[in-house]
Amino acid sequence: MQAVAAQTRQLSFWAENAAPIGLVALVIVFSILSPTFLTLGNIRAMLVAAAILVILAIGQAFVITTGGIDLSISATMTLGAIGFGLAFSNGLGFWASALVAILSAMLIGLINGLLIAKGKVTDFIATLGTLSVATGLALIISNGKPINVNSPELLTLTSGSLGIFGYPIILAAIVAAVAWFVMFRTRFGLHVQAVGGSEESAVANGISATKVRLAVYLIAAGLAGLAALLLVARVGAAEPAINTQFLLNSIAAVVLGGVSLTGGKAKIVGPVIGALLLTALTNGLTLLGVSQFYQPLAVGLVVVLAALLTRFQKK
Amino acid sequence: MTNTQPSPHTGTTPAGDFILTATDIKKSFGGVHALKGASMTMRRGEITALIGDNGAGKSTMVRSLSGIHKPDSGEITLDGKTVSFDNPNAARNHGIETVQQNLALVEDLTVWQNFFLGREKTHGFGPFRTLDRRVMRSTAEGMLKDLAVNVPPVSSKVRRLSGGQRQAVAIARAAGWGSKIVIMDEPTAALGVQETARVEGVINTLRDSGVAVLLISHNFDQVMRLSDHIWVMRAGTAVAERRTSETNGAELVALITGAKAS
Repeated sequence: MQAVAAQTRQLSFWAENAAPIGLVALVIVFSILSPTFLTLGNIRAMLVAAAILVILAIGQAFVITTGGIDLSISATMTLGAIGFGLAFSNGLGFWASALVAILSAMLIGLINGLLIAKGKVTDFIATLGTLSVATGLALIISNGKPINVNSPELLTLTSGSLGIFGYPIILAAIVAAVAWFVMFRTRFGLHVQAVGGSEESAVANGISATKVRLAVYLIAAGLAGLAALLLVARVGAAEPAINTQFLLNSIAAVVLGGVSLTGGKAKIVGPVIGALLLTALTNGLTLLGVSQFYQPLAVGLVVVLAALLTRFQKK
Repeated sequence: MTNTQPSPHTGTTPAGDFILTATDIKKSFGGVHALKGASMTMRRGEITALIGDNGAGKSTMVRSLSGIHKPDSGEITLDGKTVSFDNPNAARNHGIETVQQNLALVEDLTVWQNFFLGREKTHGFGPFRTLDRRVMRSTAEGMLKDLAVNVPPVSSKVRRLSGGQRQAVAIARAAGWGSKIVIMDEPTAALGVQETARVEGVINTLRDSGVAVLLISHNFDQVMRLSDHIWVMRAGTAVAERRTSETNGAELVALITGAKAS
């Protein structure tokens, strides 16, 4: 009996800390296998590459904490990128174009929120629909072609750095800090957790579940719009591409981070570490010369393993 | 609030002793007349029990008092003043708290978070408001201590609490807002013998602190143990009232079934 309890406790420790343990393990393995992995240059590159995923994972974390899911998050980012490209090539300045990017992304978030919170459509179906809508809109307004963007501000954003920390990861870190504060130190954050934990009880205590749900989809979409800026900066163009990998990885990062898909258990640091882990995994495999074809396989295995582990999280 | 207005109720008890009176409450759902002109009263500092068979209208009565349903007609007075509640928050603002059967606790949140859920204390102003965690923790701790609950640490998750502890937390939360009336729907239905005894202790402490309690219970022994006054409902009206000290289980059964006229 006691042995079983001890074993469960041990498993629950692993499950609670899957992301940091996995990250440390990956770093150790890759630094042994590849001498370049732990060089400052590679760390800097990894952190910059992780920034988009970190921001998306934080947005996804808010939605998943309410027990929902946003399948449209990467398509929303794509639409935001196209919005930026179109605005910028039509002569709006950087800041105005950035605003267009975030607002056009939030339009999708508003539709998600209204469908799910007011229309009571299942989150899975609603966001699957808006995934397609956002992708289609991006293709239509861009005519299916990438829009080149030559913005000095974007160049600074993608190439500037403080020490080994590039501006993108600094931006992501600021987003993470604000998100943590909002989730754990404000009334709104508590209500997000309450609605995810038990909508019925939350409502009985005077919380508007409708407003909370609407808000989390708006937050996720707004962050997708912000991530769109980093995407355009990295590529140098706004592409109407379907960034499926970002969608899967954003959910994977949240699951790796120990957030239950049933909602109610909020975490911000976990998903951030999950995003770093997935980026390190891809980066390490590339350094080792493993074919790109194996990367989705590796990510998939890690996520399934993490999902299995979460079964042993302490309640 | 003082009793400047006369209560509509007269009789042996001075009007001022009634904290709540409900007069001729009617409520229908479609063609179903759940309440057909029910009247009842609650006295200050007493535990009033509301008993009756399933479908007698207890729940609808309670829901009308706690703002979940708006009666079609009838009058509710609180402290001698006529009130009407459009929603549960309106009832709360008047000092009527309800401990629902499902307790309305969020298991994934801590005890103190549940205590203040929807009524969080914050500091700062405007968009920079932050939760005042220290004050909320210590307040919740104090409220639990006052009710002499076997106190679970306020930073533990509700998921880790026993059924009785959860019930106690829900009662303490309801009592903790300067409430005048706490309504409890079957507070010990899901509890074992020991836990039931503890929760009954909490309810007694609450009454002794001056809060009027409305107890809905199917358990006659419990009603006889706890209550001071009993209202019996049958077929959508309150058919009888008794002082608990002047009645017994057999009479109550007869009143509920209609074997004995009021």
